[in-house]
Amino acid sequence: MTKDIFVYVEVQDNKIMDVSLELINKAKELIDSRKDFGFQVVGVLIGNKISNLAAEVIYYGADKVIVCDHADLSLYNTMNYAEIIKGIIKKYNPEIFLYGGTILGRDLAPRVSAKVNTGLTADATSIEFDPNDEFSKELWITRPAFGGNLFATIVCPNHKPQMATVRGNVFEKAIRCENKRGEILEYKYDIITNNAITLVRKIDKIQKKSDITKAKIIVSGGRGMSSNIDLLEETAINLKGEVGASRALIDEGLCPKTIQVGQTGKTVKPIIYLACGISGAVQHTAGMENSEMIIAINTDENAPIFDVADISIVGDASKILHELNTRFK
Amino acid sequence: MNIIVLAKQVPNTTEMKVNKETGTLIRDGIETIINPDDLAGIEAALRIKEKNGAKVTVVTMGPNNAESMLREAYGLGVDETVLVTDKAFAGSDTLATSKILAEAIKNLEYDLIIAGRQAIDGDTAQVGPQIAELLSLPQVSYVEEITDIEEGFITVIKSTETHSFELNVRMPALITTLSELNTARYMNVKDVWESYDKEVKKFNNNDLKLNKEEIGLKGSPTRVKKTFIKAITKKSEKQILNAAKAADVIVEALNPHL
Repeated sequence: MTKDIFVYVEVQDNKIMDVSLELINKAKELIDSRKDFGFQVVGVLIGNKISNLAAEVIYYGADKVIVCDHADLSLYNTMNYAEIIKGIIKKYNPEIFLYGGTILGRDLAPRVSAKVNTGLTADATSIEFDPNDEFSKELWITRPAFGGNLFATIVCPNHKPQMATVRGNVFEKAIRCENKRGEILEYKYDIITNNAITLVRKIDKIQKKSDITKAKIIVSGGRGMSSNIDLLEETAINLKGEVGASRALIDEGLCPKTIQVGQTGKTVKPIIYLACGISGAVQHTAGMENSEMIIAINTDENAPIFDVADISIVGDASKILHELNTRFK
Repeated sequence: MNIIVLAKQVPNTTEMKVNKETGTLIRDGIETIINPDDLAGIEAALRIKEKNGAKVTVVTMGPNNAESMLREAYGLGVDETVLVTDKAFAGSDTLATSKILAEAIKNLEYDLIIAGRQAIDGDTAQVGPQIAELLSLPQVSYVEEITDIEEGFITVIKSTETHSFELNVRMPALITTLSELNTARYMNVKDVWESYDKEVKKFNNNDLKLNKEEIGLKGSPTRVKKTFIKAITKKSEKQILNAAKAADVIVEALNPHL
């Protein structure tokens, strides 16, 4: 019998990634929506010297944590990690297995799906049990399709576990609670280590000045700002925020991919999202619609960005930003 | 050395329009291109060919008209192309697609398989890693630089959210490439001219002999339950404002948060 919701807990630099904690909380929410199933939330922690993090996973809502801690797992290697997960799936038969939509998660999850012959849905934006049948364990996983102009709800009816990757910032993590108790299960490293990939060197990335996924205020530009990128930057400095961009500015080579907001870029949830000259294709709005307040400026009064905006200003974004900046002088 | 590049023909847009009445995609009049991440894969293979010598084969799965994309690949200078096509393959999800392509690849020689990270019409990034698993190959996805290739090893750089890693990979292996990896060359007039005489090899399921239960809609673990256009969630009143008035409105909204 399959049961429980497993969440792959990703660790970087001995720290749990936020997205994993967000998924732990989402899994808890799913279980609470189907109390009769008696499911539990199980975190899966794989790596070298990571056992100390197991308690953290429990503090954020997991009922159990399966830990596989071994020296051969210090360098992430898809084959070894996928082999361990296959072993865990065979042993515990999870109903559902969720992964963060990180670079690692999107490398690992498809390999696992082929290994255990099950379906995988990428970049889910919503997950729920079949809303039409309260006894159904079928997971309805929704994701944007075709650049986001269409949403598709995907199911995996006859294969287990049902699997999905989910981006960061889509769900919220729980408040850390040190009183929470849970079970920590050690999983024995029992595979033959594959050595086909070796590390030549690890390069610290030049610390990016901005991380838009954590910004409280984002000044974001689209095609309508292509000749005024510096105006976006000036406004962001004045508002103590960060610059974001729609795909158009990335494709034109005007902004780096690291600040792209949207389905193929980052998902952001700032307090204020100032959308300047962005038409608002769903490709873009999929990455920012959960912002607390969206202020949209566009010359085209039919621009779809206004459908998600809290304040809709029809006007020339460059002129308005210029005026706005004079207020901070 | 033999290099296989997996490529997909995709619509030349990331913003497909939807017929709001039927909820289906409007495909008419949309030009097709080689998927950008795959094009970077072809370019990477051609550079290895120029430097170290290699035979480059482009493999695609799709309908018959995907042949035009393979002619384009010939125009770029690849040596061989393969179209994997059969009505029985239609409706395949990523896993079923990967099984079909992996089976096709078993009929070819390879030391290195290069796949684009993801296709702009699906954005799943799953087919590369799934094929690597089905062929039991080491994989490195999201490759942003190939630093060296020699004597059975390829050295690549990939980045995660926090670090970059230079990795040495024993071949045969599969890597997936980002479009940022390089800038593709233009087609060569002579190669374009000759591309029309070149053979596009075709594999159908009589060649691959895959079990019908493993392919197409039937062989796909995932199903599309429904598709829908997102309902409008908010509706704020549109204000037509001059710059000064607009700045007032924005400052007022921002004030509590500055």
